[in-house]
Amino acid sequence: MKDTNACADDTCRAPVSQRTQVVDAPGTSATVKLKIDDHELNIPMGTTILEAARELGIHIPTLCHHDDLCVAGVCRVCLVEVEGQNTLQASCAYPITQPITVKTHTRKVRQARRHIIDLLLSKHYGECYSCFRNNNCELQSLAKEYGVDFFRFGHPEKPLYEVDRSSYSVVRDMNKCVLCRRCIRTCIDLQEVGVLEAAGRSDGTTISTYLDKPLGEVVCINCGQCINRCPTGALRAKDRTDDVWAAIDNPEKHVVIQTAPSPRAGIGEEFNQEPGTPMTWKMNTALKRCGFDKVFDTNFTADLTIIEEGTELILRLYKNLVQSDSSQPLPQFTSCSPGWVKYIEHFYPEYLPHVSTCKSPQQMFGALIKTWYARMNNIDPANIVSVALMPCSAKKFECNRPEMRDSGYKDVDNGLTTRELAQMIREAGIDLPEMPKSDFDNPFGTATGSGVIFGSTGGVMEAALRSVIEFVTGKKVENFYDHANIIPVRGFEGCRYAELQIPDEVGPVPELIQHLVPNWDWLKGATLKVGIAHGTANAKKVMENIKAGGKFSECHFIEFMACPGGCLGGGGQPIPTSPEIRAARARAIYAEDAAYGDAGKARKSHENPAVLRLYSEFLTNGPCGHKSHHLLHTHYTARGKYIG
Amino acid sequence: MTIRNNMTLSSVEKNKGLAAAMKMEPAGVIGIIRGSGMKGRGGAGFPTGAKWHFAASAKGERKFVVCNADEGEPGTFKDRVLMDEWPDLIFEGMTIAGYAIGAQEGILYLRGEYTYIRKALEECLAKRREENLLGNHVLGNSNFSFDIHIHMGCGAYVCGEETALIESLEGYRGEARNRPPFPVNTGLNGMPTIVNNVETFAWTSAILVNGADWFKAIGTSKSTGPKMLSISGDVECPGVYEFPMGTTVNDVLDAAGCDCAKAVIIGGASGHCLPPAEFSRAICYEDISTGGAVIVFGPDRDMLDVAESFLEFFADESCGQCTPCRIGNVKLLEGVRMLKCGKCSTNCLRDLCALGETMQCASKCGLGQSSPNAFLSIVRHFKNEILGRACTAAES
Amino acid sequence: MLTTQQDRLMGEINELVEVHGHDRSALIPILQDIQSRYHAISDFTMQVVADRLEIHPVEVFGVVTFYSFLNEKHHGHFVIRVCRTISCDMAGKDAVAQQLRSDLGIDFGETTSDGRFTLEWANCIGMCDQGPAMLVNDHVLTHVTPERVHDILAACEKTFGPHTPQSDEEHTL
Ligand SMILES: Cc1cc2nc3c(=O)[nH]c(=O)nc-3n(C[C@H](O)[C@H](O)[C@H](O)COP(=O)(O)O)c2cc1C
Ligand code: SF4
Ligand code: SF4
Ligand code: SF4
Ligand code: SF4
Ligand code: FES
Repeated sequence: MKDTNACADDTCRAPVSQRTQVVDAPGTSATVKLKIDDHELNIPMGTTILEAARELGIHIPTLCHHDDLCVAGVCRVCLVEVEGQNTLQASCAYPITQPITVKTHTRKVRQARRHIIDLLLSKHYGECYSCFRNNNCELQSLAKEYGVDFFRFGHPEKPLYEVDRSSYSVVRDMNKCVLCRRCIRTCIDLQEVGVLEAAGRSDGTTISTYLDKPLGEVVCINCGQCINRCPTGALRAKDRTDDVWAAIDNPEKHVVIQTAPSPRAGIGEEFNQEPGTPMTWKMNTALKRCGFDKVFDTNFTADLTIIEEGTELILRLYKNLVQSDSSQPLPQFTSCSPGWVKYIEHFYPEYLPHVSTCKSPQQMFGALIKTWYARMNNIDPANIVSVALMPCSAKKFECNRPEMRDSGYKDVDNGLTTRELAQMIREAGIDLPEMPKSDFDNPFGTATGSGVIFGSTGGVMEAALRSVIEFVTGKKVENFYDHANIIPVRGFEGCRYAELQIPDEVGPVPELIQHLVPNWDWLKGATLKVGIAHGTANAKKVMENIKAGGKFSECHFIEFMACPGGCLGGGGQPIPTSPEIRAARARAIYAEDAAYGDAGKARKSHENPAVLRLYSEFLTNGPCGHKSHHLLHTHYTARGKYIG
Repeated sequence: MTIRNNMTLSSVEKNKGLAAAMKMEPAGVIGIIRGSGMKGRGGAGFPTGAKWHFAASAKGERKFVVCNADEGEPGTFKDRVLMDEWPDLIFEGMTIAGYAIGAQEGILYLRGEYTYIRKALEECLAKRREENLLGNHVLGNSNFSFDIHIHMGCGAYVCGEETALIESLEGYRGEARNRPPFPVNTGLNGMPTIVNNVETFAWTSAILVNGADWFKAIGTSKSTGPKMLSISGDVECPGVYEFPMGTTVNDVLDAAGCDCAKAVIIGGASGHCLPPAEFSRAICYEDISTGGAVIVFGPDRDMLDVAESFLEFFADESCGQCTPCRIGNVKLLEGVRMLKCGKCSTNCLRDLCALGETMQCASKCGLGQSSPNAFLSIVRHFKNEILGRACTAAES
Repeated sequence: MLTTQQDRLMGEINELVEVHGHDRSALIPILQDIQSRYHAISDFTMQVVADRLEIHPVEVFGVVTFYSFLNEKHHGHFVIRVCRTISCDMAGKDAVAQQLRSDLGIDFGETTSDGRFTLEWANCIGMCDQGPAMLVNDHVLTHVTPERVHDILAACEKTFGPHTPQSDEEHTL
């Protein structure tokens, strides 16, 4: 599966000639002869030496290279000898257009690589045993690979930079930075946010924010994509495990955790499982053993989000199309990705009225735990510590937004990333893959398949469509799409557009929203146009298209996810990441959705029994009603891009 | 005023070469340049005709001619003199190149330190536009329109490296690009671009007037033509001199007035250091190639001071993107300072030399590839002076 | 900064964008003009320029910090750059540098408190045959001796004039 989030040509800010290898070949099928070590073969024109070597299973070390990013060729670790050239060549940046002979580990090459590692270490301040990347660090592995046993060119005795902890989400420790510039390419090319850039020159070069301001004060959207691509411990998510342990250790506190779908598809990687090994039920047991009092499924509020956001969409459609009231304009934008929300607040604040007022599932859950759940179980909300396990670093920022206290308390006390939870599980001496399976706790219980697919790009859209189609037609989605799999909205294409025809025959308005719209006649035969974008670089493309009046401006509903691949590629997920790893996680997520169907469980949000119960017992004035507006909806801040 | 000897360019008639080129096919012009055997005068010594041929045959909606007037190599100032004295020949050469490769636009990248020359150059360009030596239909040739503008550098030596220069023109930090692809295919704005030295363009005009054979008759078989050298340091008459390629260091020293040199560095800070025993070597591409800097050191000079000065220069001017050059230069500088105060062990010196060799082959661009040259050659030729120094307090 | 000043600066930047263009390739020429007018490139300038050229402020910052002749910190009206490279060094740049330090009461990298002079090192300025050499703004001085330092400083204003409008016009022509 081609992940078009790998740095795309038209958004990439790297100079043209650094990324596109222009090949002057007669046809695309042209091949060229390569001799590399003992192998001789023909490869397509323009293949880099590194790609060719990998195909053959020849290992060439790399540091600045990343599969998601355009070529930099700056670390020089991947050097190889090309016959006839005086200097060594960076294999990651060398497109083969003529027959060449390559040697990958001559004395010259080994000495150069060793020197480069020694040089990097001479500027690297950090102790592996106190570093979160210990055992998963590319610099450390390189040092091991090249047998570094002393510091040939010295080693810093004290830190040179202060650690920047100003952001709720990302901690920057430039003492560990090796200037590979992956974070820059991630932030500028892949995400198009543009927070980081190289500043200064020569030995004074640093990775800097604008005017070297603290990360918390610039336009960072907290997506954490830079963390996932940093080879070292220079970037990490803010660690909250100590607070969570403290709450668990405090007998007064009732500690509950909600778990999002993506961490379950990713956490196995932290325990040496193949990417895409689902861990849902084993993780439930592990969480209990860690000491959490209750383990809930965020998918419950994902389902709830679908009902609220779907209702909001229906209302917007009704107002705009029938009542000519454009106070809440179309297209409606999703609001569940906090990275995306901050992005639009900074870069397209004039479009905030398009953003659904629904809180993200995490925050909906938070608000319900400290109200409905507390009341039902007679627990003082002040004693509840609500933790959210998320694939996402931006969720840490989100739960600290001042708006997110509608329960009267901080709705979610702590956001944990997948990596932090893995750390806690290890600390508790638990071997996750060996855990017995167990279910989620009531009253929220197990959610639906629609909630699960929230984790993947297109998932929110698919879940929403499943419900909207059934609401409007009164028929099962399966009548329109096999197994209710709405394939047109799936995939990894960066920006996607789809149209759905609403039949001429519509059903009755379901009871849940009868008070909001009188009938569906106005939707008969209509074409529902939807869009999907993942990765903020793609979000930007869609936004520019809307601004220019392109096809996305005609959409009714657009799903935006800040991270490439959606939440499964979130900034809190296990490191490393690559298109293949994200595809494997997506497979795990869609398999879990399908398994719900096979097991005869609900796959559509509006069939979730706990959600229906919530509306009958607590949110009694229905979706988008007064009470849900108070607890489940929010407002946004036009931040603008000016850095104050 | 800069001292100089008799120069061929003084007698080259302005615009005669351009007029001659306009009567030929572009391929014919390239043929003449190829025939002259001229290699680039900026230092790297790539055959100019071949470069133009690649650019001419590359596909591109637009093509560019860039004149590299970023002259930043310590000890080099011949381009300044050329721009002072013969701006017309330079612009003429660029125009001829534009015609030869099919470009519409030329850019002279002038280093920021030379801002004071800009005014005269602009006046020269204005005059050329008036005389239809630039602009629409140059000299009435309905197939050829060409204009030149000046782009100012901003204080960065590395922008003399052609791909860093292009980055700088595009508004980026002056960081060298990966090669391949080369500028002749993918240069400015992704279009075929030739980057040549100021002197290269000046000789172009001369070749079109006097012919390829005239040029080839001067110099050696592999290094044809005359070469401008900037001579400075401990000589009586520092200045810019023209010599045929292949002139020995001794002859150069005689001309500039020096009979007691202890060492000569050819090629500036990125060049090589020669001891007196090697002064009979020839300045040409097959022996000691250079962009034109000759720095002479008298008997009292401490060669470690020289190495320190150069490494300070590189440690400041490296663009900082690639590891060997960014950190390597600093480590060499630290090493030289240790040597200076008598605190560097032989093993440590060996490590430094090995590091220098790594930098030469592992750096991304010519800056890091050549920055250890001076240090390594000084160590090689002046080891006695370097080792066994009296121990002094380390400099603060 | 006062709003009126900001408005004026914004107007000037808009004009510069008209002259040099809206592409990224206009970035450095725009910054050079601002630098020579204001002796610094302010926070506000960087953000407005970034906005006009549709790039990120941090990219402008990256460029400003890369090039020696662009500065975020305020420079004096007269920027004196003494060549420190080998030929000028051998010709006696240390004595000249010392005299400049003493006469101005500042060290290299500093600006006098009246904001008139900034003292900086330069790497080879291409006057190796006539060292010690230095630049005062755009003007080059050669064969500088410690005795001449006083006269040079005194003459600065008279001879060269402040580094503002006149040289601008040259730039934008
Ligand atoms: C660090 C570095 C600095 C350079 N500086 C200059 C320079 O100032 N002027 C110049 O003409 N070439 C310079 N060059 C060489 C150019 O990269 C390029 O080879 C040259 O402009 C090609 O022109 P030529 O073929 O006419 O010599 C430099 C190269 C490097 C690596
Ligand atoms: S970043 Fe890597 S090498 Fe550095 S301290 Fe952490 S684990 Fe060790
Ligand atoms: S978290 Fe996202 S927006 Fe922030 S610096 Fe990293 S990549 Fe850029
Ligand atoms: S912070 Fe990490 S990704 Fe960024 S340059 Fe440093 S080591 Fe590379
Ligand atoms: S060799 Fe030096 S100047 Fe060249 S790319 Fe590397 S760091 Fe930059
Ligand atoms: S991986 Fe190739 S240069 Fe860094």
